[in-house]
Amino acid sequence: MTRLNLALLLLIGCIAALPLFGGPYALRLGTIACMYAILALSWNVVGGFAGYPSFATAAFFGFGAYTTGVLLNDGLSLTLSIMATLAASFLLAGLLGVVLLRLRGHYFAIASLSLVEVLRELVNNATDLTGGGMGLNIPLASGSGILADATFFFYAMWGLLLATALMVIAVSMSRLGFGLACIRQNETASDMVGLNSTLYKSVAFGLSACFVGAAGGLYAAWVHYIDPSDVFDILYSVKPIVMALMGGLGSPLGVVSGAFLYLGLEEVVWRNYIQIHSGVLGVLIVMLLLFLPRGLISLRWSMLWRKAKHV
Amino acid sequence: MLVAQVLINALVLGCLYACIAIGFSLVWGVLNVINLIHGSFIVLGAYLAWGIYQSLAIPPWYVLVVAAPLFFILGYLLQRLLLNRVISAPVLVTLTLTFGLDLILNNAMIYFFKADYRKLTLSPPIGSISLFDVVVPVDRLIATAAALALTGVLYLVLRRSRVGRAIVAVRLDRDAAVLMGVDVKSIYAIAFGLGAALAGCAGVLMALIFPISPLTSSTFLGKAFVVCVLGGLGSVSGALAGGLLLALVEGVGSVAIGPSHATTLSFVLLIVFLIVRPQGLLGRKGFE
Amino acid sequence: MSEILRLDAVSKRFSGLQALRDVTLCINKGEVLGLIGPNGAGKTTLVNTVCGVTPASSGRVTFMGKDITAIKTYQAARLGLSRTFQIVQPFAEFTALDNVAAAALFSQRGESVKSAREEARAHLAFVGLDAQAGQSAATLTLAMRKRLELAKALAMKPKLLFLDEVNAGLNSAEVERATKLIHQLAADGITIVMIEHLMKVVLNVCTRIAVLHDGQLIADGQPRDVIKNPAVVEAYLGQQYAQRSAGRG
Repeated sequence: MTRLNLALLLLIGCIAALPLFGGPYALRLGTIACMYAILALSWNVVGGFAGYPSFATAAFFGFGAYTTGVLLNDGLSLTLSIMATLAASFLLAGLLGVVLLRLRGHYFAIASLSLVEVLRELVNNATDLTGGGMGLNIPLASGSGILADATFFFYAMWGLLLATALMVIAVSMSRLGFGLACIRQNETASDMVGLNSTLYKSVAFGLSACFVGAAGGLYAAWVHYIDPSDVFDILYSVKPIVMALMGGLGSPLGVVSGAFLYLGLEEVVWRNYIQIHSGVLGVLIVMLLLFLPRGLISLRWSMLWRKAKHV
Repeated sequence: MLVAQVLINALVLGCLYACIAIGFSLVWGVLNVINLIHGSFIVLGAYLAWGIYQSLAIPPWYVLVVAAPLFFILGYLLQRLLLNRVISAPVLVTLTLTFGLDLILNNAMIYFFKADYRKLTLSPPIGSISLFDVVVPVDRLIATAAALALTGVLYLVLRRSRVGRAIVAVRLDRDAAVLMGVDVKSIYAIAFGLGAALAGCAGVLMALIFPISPLTSSTFLGKAFVVCVLGGLGSVSGALAGGLLLALVEGVGSVAIGPSHATTLSFVLLIVFLIVRPQGLLGRKGFE
Repeated sequence: MSEILRLDAVSKRFSGLQALRDVTLCINKGEVLGLIGPNGAGKTTLVNTVCGVTPASSGRVTFMGKDITAIKTYQAARLGLSRTFQIVQPFAEFTALDNVAAAALFSQRGESVKSAREEARAHLAFVGLDAQAGQSAATLTLAMRKRLELAKALAMKPKLLFLDEVNAGLNSAEVERATKLIHQLAADGITIVMIEHLMKVVLNVCTRIAVLHDGQLIADGQPRDVIKNPAVVEAYLGQQYAQRSAGRG
């Protein structure tokens, strides 16, 4: 395991101590931080490792939110609902991947973006199942008290983050990760050396979706009410990309750092400039892309060492 | 006759869709940039038309004369100063950049104009025309005629003027254009400016027909996307073909399966085309 | 001699352009076949068609008795069909070692990243790139990249190897070095099909020559006979060459 990956696990480990220091606000922030990190890490598998610029994150987040929401409403336990959502998201993404990943560059980006729209509309129209535009109420899944609720969900999201990180590290060290790196650099050559790129890409897409779906499910259980435009929000597709770009594309540690940093900025902006917060987000994105296209991690390394930042 | 009405509606709407999409298609085809600010440009154009009508009672079709140069300059500067820096970056970067810019513009519009829906109602109202059993509101008809005129102007510019030929050359083969002495940076800025101008003008026309609010920018953008993929990039005929096809599918779909599903249908169609025929009805293959 | 690859009336059409017309060709095990012809004749298309990159529009391709007409590229690679590209296609960020390891890893069963890297070293040594093993492919010279391409092709343990203009862009010293490597491969029993414009190399290495012109096979046989074939002279070699080689006897 590389040093960077160890650092990542260490970082995640440190966060586990958060409930010891903070009250409900810190817990809420921590839960969102973990959620953002999950989204960014997952996106990195298909966007950073495989090099396919996916804008579909919101689609799977929403899918996961609704799958879990519906299952919880049917009386299934939270654990089982999340596991079922994980499996369903993986399968859905895998199948969609076979079809969508044939596209390259711009066309893939647009197709993945359209997926968000299509799923949102489908959910909107399936009123009997999902409550449609009126939203879905989700029963309380855990015990009593606000603090207990908050702590529970923090640890649940944290646990999911740990699982995501372990998955990502495992992929980066495996044959799958090696293959994805090949695909990213030269897909034609990858085919020529005997790599079944369709299979690898679909698995990557599936992996990039399953924890996102599970996170969506936890989110739904946490907030107790979701509606289509809330969870199928394009921002859930764009923010992970910005986080990845901020922290350093391709590097799991970079991506997670980017996620935490982004959340920090977002909180500061939201609390102080609520009316123009999306404008400020826009300015942040523009500045980032114009002046720091390789992310924070490139800044540090190029100053101290001269090493490659890819895992 | 229902069929005739649906067809005429589709024809009118199709031209409007083409007008919405043509600027977007030009920028995508020539600069290889998916301009996510496009929808907000359209809304801004609509606000311009609305504002001028409210204060000076000048109807939108005259506003076009003012809107075109204003938006051209806006687009030109935006490209020259900002977008040009990332012009050869991967699609991820340019897409996210224009997304960020759109957030800024959209937020600014909400801040200054508020998100409430406005409607530009002409007074005195100009009613509709009724031919056989088909009814067409006159404001739509005027907007359609103006839209066709705009696309016609663009067509002539691309075909006849030096700048237009240079733009087409860059679209067909950038490197060859450079070798022929074309100042590509300048062409990019001009093309983007043209795209912005077309968007602004489309917005002015849309003010006649649709309600105006910053919240509608993503709807316009979505339509532009679908039209481009269906019809093919970078050409006027492609935008027309795509616009007509989309309007037809929506019209027929509305009647067959209900209007709420029509939007979903258009996006499903988008995905189908991306998979089966990514170059669109009239586009050239091999364009990423 | 046993037949390893057979093309039966293979045609390939690219909407409007007939790239291959009814090509019937048979390659035997252990042969070194030179595939020559003017630019645009369809030589690379033929390789692409056999390897599954652009599957045939009609006709049949059989490899070691198996029908591979509709095969996918990665499957062809795993069956033992290997090729180099005219315009080299390395994994630019990877080191030379990882480039070759990738080929070993994905085309062979039962390999791990570790074992693939070990094998890669041997192949790099064979083409003389062991000193560059840790360098990224993007920093190698063209000649080195061509050799890297060859090392990758070999790491796939091919039964049939297509070499697509390995010598393009190389100076004469580099060409000689490449030719030596090819001789060595032929001696090791790999069947080779070479697309080549340098007649000197073709006559030096090949046991047989096939000539493509406008998508059609216009000659196929022993080198000394083919270069005298009037159709071949007309289409490709030119009168001057024919006269010079006739003079040499």
